[in-house]
Amino acid sequence: MRSFTYERASSPAEAAAAARAEGAKFIAGGTNLLDLMKLEIETPTHLIDVNGLALDKIETTTEGGLRIGALVRNTDLAADERVRRDYGLLSRALLAGASGQLRNKATTAGNLLQRTRCPYFYDTNQPCNKRQPGSGCAAIGGFSRQHAVIGASEGCIATHPSDMAVAMRALDATVETVRPDGTARSIPIAEFHRLPGDTPHVENVLVPGELITAVTLPRPVGGTHIYHKVRDRASYAFALVSVGAIVQRDGTGHIALGGVAHKPWRVEAAEIEMPRGARAVTVHLLADARPTNENAFKLPLVERTLAAVLAEARS
Amino acid sequence: MRFDTPATTNPIDQLKVVGKPTDRIDGPLKTTGTAPYAYEWHDVVPNQAYGYVVGSAIAKGRIASIDLTDAKAVPGVLAIVTAENAGKLGKGDWNTAKLLGGPDIQHYHQAVALVVAETFEQARAAAQSLRVDYIRAHGAFDLASAKDSAVVPEATPATAVGDFAGAFASAPVQLDATYTTPDQGHAMMEPHASIAAWDGDKLTLWTSNQMIAWSTGDMAKTLGIPKENIRLISPFIGGGFGGKLFVRSDAVLAALGARAARRPVKVALARPFMFNNTTHRPATIQRIRIGATPDGKITAIGHESWSGDLPGGGPENAVQQTSLLYAGANRMTATRLAVLDLPEGNAMRAPGEAPGLMALEIAMDEMAEKLDIDPIEFRILNDTQVDPSNPGRRFSQRQLVECLRIGAERFGWKTRDVQTGGTKTGRIREGRWLIGVGVAAGFRNNLLTRSAARVRLDRPGIVTVETDMTDIGTGSYTIIAQTAAEMMGVPLDKVVVRLGDSSFPVSAGSGGQWGANNSTSGVYAACVKLREAVTQKLGFNTAEAVFEDGNVRLGNRSISLAEAAGEAGLVAEDAIEYGDLAKQYQQSTFAAHFVEVSVDAATGEIRVRRILAVCAAGRILNPKSARSQVIGAMTMGVGAALMEELAVDKRRGFFVNHDLAGYEVPVHADIPHQEVIFLDETDPISSPMKAKGVGELGLCGVGAAIANAIYNATGVRVRDYPITLDKLLPGLPEI
Ligand SMILES: Cc1cc2nc3c(=O)[nH]c(=O)nc-3n(C[C@H](O)[C@H](O)[C@H](O)COP(=O)(O)OP(=O)(O)OC[C@H]3O[C@@H](n4cnc5c(N)ncnc54)[C@H](O)[C@@H]3O)c2cc1C
Ligand code: SF4
Repeated sequence: MRSFTYERASSPAEAAAAARAEGAKFIAGGTNLLDLMKLEIETPTHLIDVNGLALDKIETTTEGGLRIGALVRNTDLAADERVRRDYGLLSRALLAGASGQLRNKATTAGNLLQRTRCPYFYDTNQPCNKRQPGSGCAAIGGFSRQHAVIGASEGCIATHPSDMAVAMRALDATVETVRPDGTARSIPIAEFHRLPGDTPHVENVLVPGELITAVTLPRPVGGTHIYHKVRDRASYAFALVSVGAIVQRDGTGHIALGGVAHKPWRVEAAEIEMPRGARAVTVHLLADARPTNENAFKLPLVERTLAAVLAEARS
Repeated sequence: MRFDTPATTNPIDQLKVVGKPTDRIDGPLKTTGTAPYAYEWHDVVPNQAYGYVVGSAIAKGRIASIDLTDAKAVPGVLAIVTAENAGKLGKGDWNTAKLLGGPDIQHYHQAVALVVAETFEQARAAAQSLRVDYIRAHGAFDLASAKDSAVVPEATPATAVGDFAGAFASAPVQLDATYTTPDQGHAMMEPHASIAAWDGDKLTLWTSNQMIAWSTGDMAKTLGIPKENIRLISPFIGGGFGGKLFVRSDAVLAALGARAARRPVKVALARPFMFNNTTHRPATIQRIRIGATPDGKITAIGHESWSGDLPGGGPENAVQQTSLLYAGANRMTATRLAVLDLPEGNAMRAPGEAPGLMALEIAMDEMAEKLDIDPIEFRILNDTQVDPSNPGRRFSQRQLVECLRIGAERFGWKTRDVQTGGTKTGRIREGRWLIGVGVAAGFRNNLLTRSAARVRLDRPGIVTVETDMTDIGTGSYTIIAQTAAEMMGVPLDKVVVRLGDSSFPVSAGSGGQWGANNSTSGVYAACVKLREAVTQKLGFNTAEAVFEDGNVRLGNRSISLAEAAGEAGLVAEDAIEYGDLAKQYQQSTFAAHFVEVSVDAATGEIRVRRILAVCAAGRILNPKSARSQVIGAMTMGVGAALMEELAVDKRRGFFVNHDLAGYEVPVHADIPHQEVIFLDETDPISSPMKAKGVGELGLCGVGAAIANAIYNATGVRVRDYPITLDKLLPGLPEI
């Protein structure tokens, strides 16, 4: 770990302004950032602690949706009565992630911004374009069981590991931010995370120093909310694939996948096929999939998991 | 004490303390955080500095240069040890690769330097700024492609009885199948850690080690100093599973770092470093051939196993049990060893039998199916009470059939066939779950080795036992206390047990499930001597004296032990030494494992629903800690069956998933109801304790029982561990 300086910000605007400094980074729960700093995968020279910004509230919006403060802990968000009642998918996705202790620390913004779990990214002896642009990608041709099957590039086949983000994607969330110059903006979740392309180290559309202040959810859409996370052990593991679904009585709805791409994977056009069943949806959802030998199983696994989810929604 | 005739009645048979379910006496220390682990001896020597290990970035090749400039400039850095400045180092007898590499690199994450600094953070930061240039060399990293170059190692010659090839070829029913098991990591909770302090040329090492005497010797050999100059202290160990049988880089580098920095140095291996820096259980490829008559009698059984290791290393002896487990007139076993440049392979809990039974006991299930015989009946039909290669040599005790029958009864095995309506697989469904049951035999040899102890009786009537035996979380403290209490006729709270110190008499140590039986037998021997010392002092006839309730009694004379000890106290030291009973009789432990699984028909996710082990392993010294050992081992068996695999990068030559996020072991949610039954057994041929080991037996066979249950549930036969859902998907029902 490199040496760094540390400050506690007292307002979002102040935090964003402070983040203009070269090498500055925000720290929230620290459950991802600190691990990466210990391994010198992240090497910030200045940390801005955002825990004191009073961004830890969940409020109802005038449109009838929810505004979730960036610092709301995963545990609190999953347990919130409104979330459990109207956005069950989100609550279930959160509870499928990490462990109780981690969720007590992990925040809404930090969860969206957590970095990949590609094992080569974590090993600083290995080439990795995400960690060290231009060094190559050790996962391609290597151990790639966990990696992306769609939307990947020649430069990077990593996945985004978040469960929460999958639910946010299916729920059409919006990310609210404030930039270093003090201006605020709203970014639809669909546009928030990026595919790797030839800049896999750039994972989202935030500009340097841009602070997430909240994530908002639109009015509840009803329906049956299911999050099915498939993994190698029963708990405390990242998804091989996950399916987040909202299914209405008439069989229509929303579907987002985790564990298959560099971002939560959703193809709105595929959802038109929902009444026709899992195969029809999957054909569209994973139309341009290019798995590796080691993770080709994810394609049938998505279809089968989706079929189970749709069956569960019907029953 | 020489043990060369079967035990007769002795004070242990009173079973007033031994054999009772007893809480671990070290439990309160552990649960209150007051049992210091290796890294936590903060107060034993002042001025401790911190060492951080740097590991090789390549798997094979040479160091071209190391640039220390940046690292030395980090504030707080006290010393940097490399092969270049460490002086001449030897290699321990139990190590294959050097513990400090350079200029030659033998495996990934082989230690190449230790940075010592005032604080842990400074040491780590400096370690990260060390610049090492390597020249890569080509290496062999893939067992399957190195297989053909493998040779029969000297240590494990091939065995042959009768005419295997002929009998197999002419057998009416045949199975010829190949199975694979992956490399596995010990993944114990406490990482390897050591604190080293020099006093002149004398070294004290607080460490975490299962085998004190081996490791004192290997430290001496590595450092080139007399072993009398080394004191090794390891009273509490946070798990080892064979990964701490040997001296590892933490110990050697702490000693070198302390010498270079001229102050005590502590070193712990960081978790992501452990999988490639230390040892692991090697992967195997196993071919099993079984021939039988149509009524199920095995006529030919052959087991071959291939594994790899660094040059000079050894094989995984996965065929071991196949020489002894089932009858059959014609038989063969062979291990073959290929050179691989992966990190060094070595013992992990039940080496040999654990991976061997994972394969053999699937093969038995497959054979039973071919024969259309219930898998339990098939095993019973081929039971043997003698060593099949030497029929004059009986098993000292062998209750495998009883384990299978009692287990079948308890588990409700009979309902299996009824439920499946005559088919073997894939009929029982509960909602989305496919349900299946499986069985496997468990087998692990009972190993006998010399073990010594010293026992002291003090004026307050306290019995103190000292032996270099270790407690790796198994319960050694407690069973040793029980043994001494039984022998001396005192309650448990009058016994003090001190372990894990090289200044104590040399014990069997912890490994190969030999610790419990041998170390308590050593304590038994010392206690026999102490009893003699007491009776002699009092002028009592030793044979007739009764040690009871803190007193020694002869007729109506009774004197308290405290009084007998007198001001000076009494001390006795002895060792158990074994004659050739192990040659005359085959000594092994047996189990039957029963498992019920459910498999998600859509996703292939596997959940173990219940699991039962029935064990026949001699006298159970403490049913509570023995049960803990077995359920822990069963848990490890679930890991081996379903998820544990060190993923090899065959281009770069290392285990990629080298942390506990990538190398998955079972979590609580994976472990269902576990039940353990111990048969009421004593084995007087084993030792005066009439006990054997159980700690590894509980693992042997579990994986195959799970594999067989998955087959029963789904009809998909997976022969490559771990059985992950991707291997089931192609065979699951259409949805
Ligand atoms: C062992 C383990 C298992 C896990 N398992 C799972 C799992 O199964 N599923 C899953 O989804 N997740 C899992 N996680 C990841 C966990 O969810 C994340 O670590 C956590 O959500 C990160 O939140 P945090 O607040 O701690 O972020 P931090 O570590 O504090 O920050 C993460 C990143 O976000 C940035 N950041 C934080 N707040 C803001 C803000 N307001 N504006 C802009 N940038 C910000 C930081 O600069 C940093 O780059 C696991 C983590 C661990 C350690
Ligand atoms: S997949 Fe992406 S994160 Fe992994 S090694 Fe390749 S570039 Fe790095």
